[in-house]
Amino acid sequence: MNRRIAVLLVRAAVLAVLVLLLEVLCRTGVIDPLTILPPSAMVAAMIEQLASGDVTDAMLRTFSTVALAFLAAVLLGTAIGALVHAVPRLRRAIEPLLASYYSVPTFVFYPLLVALLGLSMAPLVVLGLLSAAPAVMISTLAGLDSVSPVLRKVARVQRLDFFRTLRWIVLPAAMPSLFSGFKLALSYSLIGVIAGEFILSGNGLGYAISFAYQSFDNRAMYGLMLFVLLVAIVANGVLYTYEGRLAHRRRRG
Amino acid sequence: MSAPPAAALHDNPPHASLRGVVRRYEGRQTVHALGPIDLDLAAGEFFAVVGPSGCGKSTLLDVLSGLGVPTEGSVTLEGKPVRGQVPDGVGVVFQEDSSFPWLTVHDNVAFGLRRSGLDRTEVARRVDHAVGFMGLAQFAGHYPPQLSGGMRQRVCIARTLVQQPRLILLDEPFGALDQQTRLLMGDELLRLWRDTGATVLLITHSLDEAAMLADRVGVMSARPGRFIDLVETGWQRDRDSRIVSDPAFGPLTARLWTSLRAESLKTMGRAA
Repeated sequence: MNRRIAVLLVRAAVLAVLVLLLEVLCRTGVIDPLTILPPSAMVAAMIEQLASGDVTDAMLRTFSTVALAFLAAVLLGTAIGALVHAVPRLRRAIEPLLASYYSVPTFVFYPLLVALLGLSMAPLVVLGLLSAAPAVMISTLAGLDSVSPVLRKVARVQRLDFFRTLRWIVLPAAMPSLFSGFKLALSYSLIGVIAGEFILSGNGLGYAISFAYQSFDNRAMYGLMLFVLLVAIVANGVLYTYEGRLAHRRRRG
Repeated sequence: MSAPPAAALHDNPPHASLRGVVRRYEGRQTVHALGPIDLDLAAGEFFAVVGPSGCGKSTLLDVLSGLGVPTEGSVTLEGKPVRGQVPDGVGVVFQEDSSFPWLTVHDNVAFGLRRSGLDRTEVARRVDHAVGFMGLAQFAGHYPPQLSGGMRQRVCIARTLVQQPRLILLDEPFGALDQQTRLLMGDELLRLWRDTGATVLLITHSLDEAAMLADRVGVMSARPGRFIDLVETGWQRDRDSRIVSDPAFGPLTARLWTSLRAESLKTMGRAA
């Protein structure tokens, strides 16, 4: 059997055993069903929630906010990363700040963002962006560092102009690092947006989970939590698979 | 000692010329890397450069290709000045692996041609020919990381060859290969040189390689690199690696070593 499939099967089996264990513990009363729903009930609650259409607006709002934050993080993070890479003095000044950036709890700025931008989608986009963009910047720096100088020489021998060098040599050469940054950016923007909705927003999936929690509506809360979890897993899985394909070509055969 | 112009030694007109070329790197301490160098490469000539480590061989290639700008002097190719831009008709193969790991062997070789405005059938024909010529036909769909170092270097040579450059510059292209592969790659290089009629400048550490492949070998001094000897090998154009068993081969490499020994000792900080 293919090694990769075997690893996937073992991983799925471990997960299935844990879910089954939780199901048994909940059904036998070892865990109070008021504290945690059995996984089967969570799935049923999620399907109910989605089928009822009650959370459709919240879903659309959350996913469009995440998409905006992610795109902005990718565009701005790559552009600023490339600029910092091009100016070594700027890089020497900024790199230590970037390295310690994730020790700053960006959520503390949320009230300030609401004050500045109002209770709209904008502060959440900015929060997602603040969470995700530095990861893209760091991976852009690493990616550009990884472009071998000899490839830049080849670009000159091939007489490529600046944009063609970027398009045909630099971006493909840096892609593995860039892609790792994009993958992180998706997770961070999802976390940033949903956590932001959870704390202070009046809309979105994060708010819906928070509302269910405060109304003691465990079924709705667990159903939505499971849905968010599945979306995050699927989105990451898609990027992970694509990244695997990219890496496969570059691996020694 | 300046080199006598190659035009005096060959019937062909000069293809590339360096006149009074000097390269210095400015910094906290100015490093005088190269020159002054005077050299004429005759059209269709195979010229090899040997010299001690750090003597400026790669700097010479940079300046001649247009990748680097000389601090003093001038470089001309086909009668036109070269300065800071690689002119049309120049191909360079570097010592380091410069294949593109994200493209297949076929697409690596086609890279330059696809941007040259040739129609697709002609591109495919030339690429297939170059890939076959380099013995890579079976691996056309492979990615470079799936190949050995020698095969990757052949991909880079094929990528250069397919664009039919009139001047091919090779910077120790076989440096990372074992001796047998080097000899065979040398044969392939000679075949390619004969078939295309291109002018070739090869930088190498190996005296045997220089003596086996070149029409003329330039021996460089320790830094700043200057030509201290120019040796005509006198080989026929139709030759291959079996020439190492020719009675003239031993005296030829011995002469190169005699010229180079004192310079190599200098780079090691020892007197001759």
